[in-house]
Amino acid sequence: MIEVQDLWFRYPESDYVLKGISLKVPRQSYVAILGENGAGKTTLVKHFNGLLKPTRGKVLVCGLDTREHSVASLARRVGLVFQNPDHQLFANTVYEEVAFALKNFSFPEKEVKRRVEAILAELELDRYRDRSPFLLSMGERKRVALASVLCYEPDVLVLDEPTTGQDHKQKEKLAELLQRLVDKGKTVVVVTHDVEFVADHIPISIILSRGQIRGQGKTLELLSNEDLLAETFLFPPQLTAILWKLSKLGLHPAPSVEEVVEAMLQARRQSP
Amino acid sequence: MVSALPPAVIFEQVSYKYPRSEEYSLKKVNLRIEQGEFAVITGPSGCGKSTLCKCINGLIPHSYGGTFKGKVIVHGKCTLEHPVYELAQLVGLVFQDPESQLFCSTVEKEIAFGLENLGLPREEILARVEEVLDLLGIAHLRYRAPYELSGGEQQKVAIASCIAMRPKVLVLDEPTANLDPLSAKSVLDVVYALNKKLGVTVILVEHRLEMISHLASKLVVMYRGEVLTQGPPREVLFNWKILEIGVGLPKPLLIALMLAEKGFPIEAPPLLPEELVELVAGGEER
Repeated sequence: MIEVQDLWFRYPESDYVLKGISLKVPRQSYVAILGENGAGKTTLVKHFNGLLKPTRGKVLVCGLDTREHSVASLARRVGLVFQNPDHQLFANTVYEEVAFALKNFSFPEKEVKRRVEAILAELELDRYRDRSPFLLSMGERKRVALASVLCYEPDVLVLDEPTTGQDHKQKEKLAELLQRLVDKGKTVVVVTHDVEFVADHIPISIILSRGQIRGQGKTLELLSNEDLLAETFLFPPQLTAILWKLSKLGLHPAPSVEEVVEAMLQARRQSP
Repeated sequence: MVSALPPAVIFEQVSYKYPRSEEYSLKKVNLRIEQGEFAVITGPSGCGKSTLCKCINGLIPHSYGGTFKGKVIVHGKCTLEHPVYELAQLVGLVFQDPESQLFCSTVEKEIAFGLENLGLPREEILARVEEVLDLLGIAHLRYRAPYELSGGEQQKVAIASCIAMRPKVLVLDEPTANLDPLSAKSVLDVVYALNKKLGVTVILVEHRLEMISHLASKLVVMYRGEVLTQGPPREVLFNWKILEIGVGLPKPLLIALMLAEKGFPIEAPPLLPEELVELVAGGEER
């Protein structure tokens, strides 16, 4: 679906931000991109819809070389939801905001209405439909920005820091929504610092640091690799930290809250 | 010990409605935060946390208008009776989105801006700029333009400009939202050190309680514009109700709640992984 081949990128008159990135995001995969501030995560995903073009190397989206296609044509396939919703919001009401892209892509009026209403309900924004997006909280504005991309159903959805400003319940709902999209055949890429969210929900991860890929593979394996975490300035998820500490006492439950509870109950029964 | 001093912040029956809004964002909020306290405010999105922050330096109601009832008193000053510029010397406010408060051409100028407005002598300004650049570990960014920095770096600059003003109360609205885990920890460590060393009262809004609850002396949980509960973090969070309203519990606490349901006695609810594991390690080590 997305193929990056030896991608190097720099902004004019500055050092390279991306240094030889190669990766493949297959169709229907669900991938997290982790890494410290300035690691190049956002710069990388801006290549996925052609907003940025490689200085060297190549990015193929659905087989199309991004250097040869316009952002407008790529954006229909790859929807990018920015980190800061205020960079993408502009309409007078939440409804108009979400309907904008659909109208632009010339969907019939009736279909626009159906889709917008459905997505507003799904993201619990329906009660704000006639309000200005700018009167909403940061967390709510982020959901409006997400709705405005989700509604035109791109094949690939790239979300830059979708969990910031979201409470626990909204995060759980977001996780369910993204999983449903993956189940329907969509490809979902999440750029985030939220190690807990990734550990709980996203099966595959790519870890970037200083413009290079330092690890890619199964999330739980990467996030329990002590050396890799230290090198890439990450902390283990809480559950991993608990498992490490339990293992020093000779307890080795599987990585789930329920298993930890069971193991601790058993340990207590056995101690005098 | 701290109670001999007047409280840092008091909310008395505060209700507030934004102009053009039909619903009240705050409903009869009562709150008392002592000087030197490290208070964390949490609650589901849209519960009124950010609105509450804007009341502390008088932005609400002075700049926002709307319908304001009740009283907010900061170090003995009622916010209704004092303009924002006066309250701003008492209360530093760091927003969720650092870009909205940065505008100078270099980081150094950004930090000096507020100090110049206070009319401080040049040497004092230079000394304070140096001090906060160091404190936040951003001396290398001194000549960079704030707009070309990453989100995390921008947040540190915003906090630095605030701290340079030496406010008595520092209000931070999700200051680590855009930071990577290590930068988030370093920012929280700095805020904690300011609280401990300089006695600055901290009021910090955060969803991710696993990062912060062990640092807090008080936790305030808001829900639909009201203060649902407030108290020491361990006591407040050791309660299924918190999870039901949509607040995420640190995993050690969640596990402790599940253990308690199965008859495991929990005397001090754990906030950190090591505290949880001590529940079964204690017997062997003693």
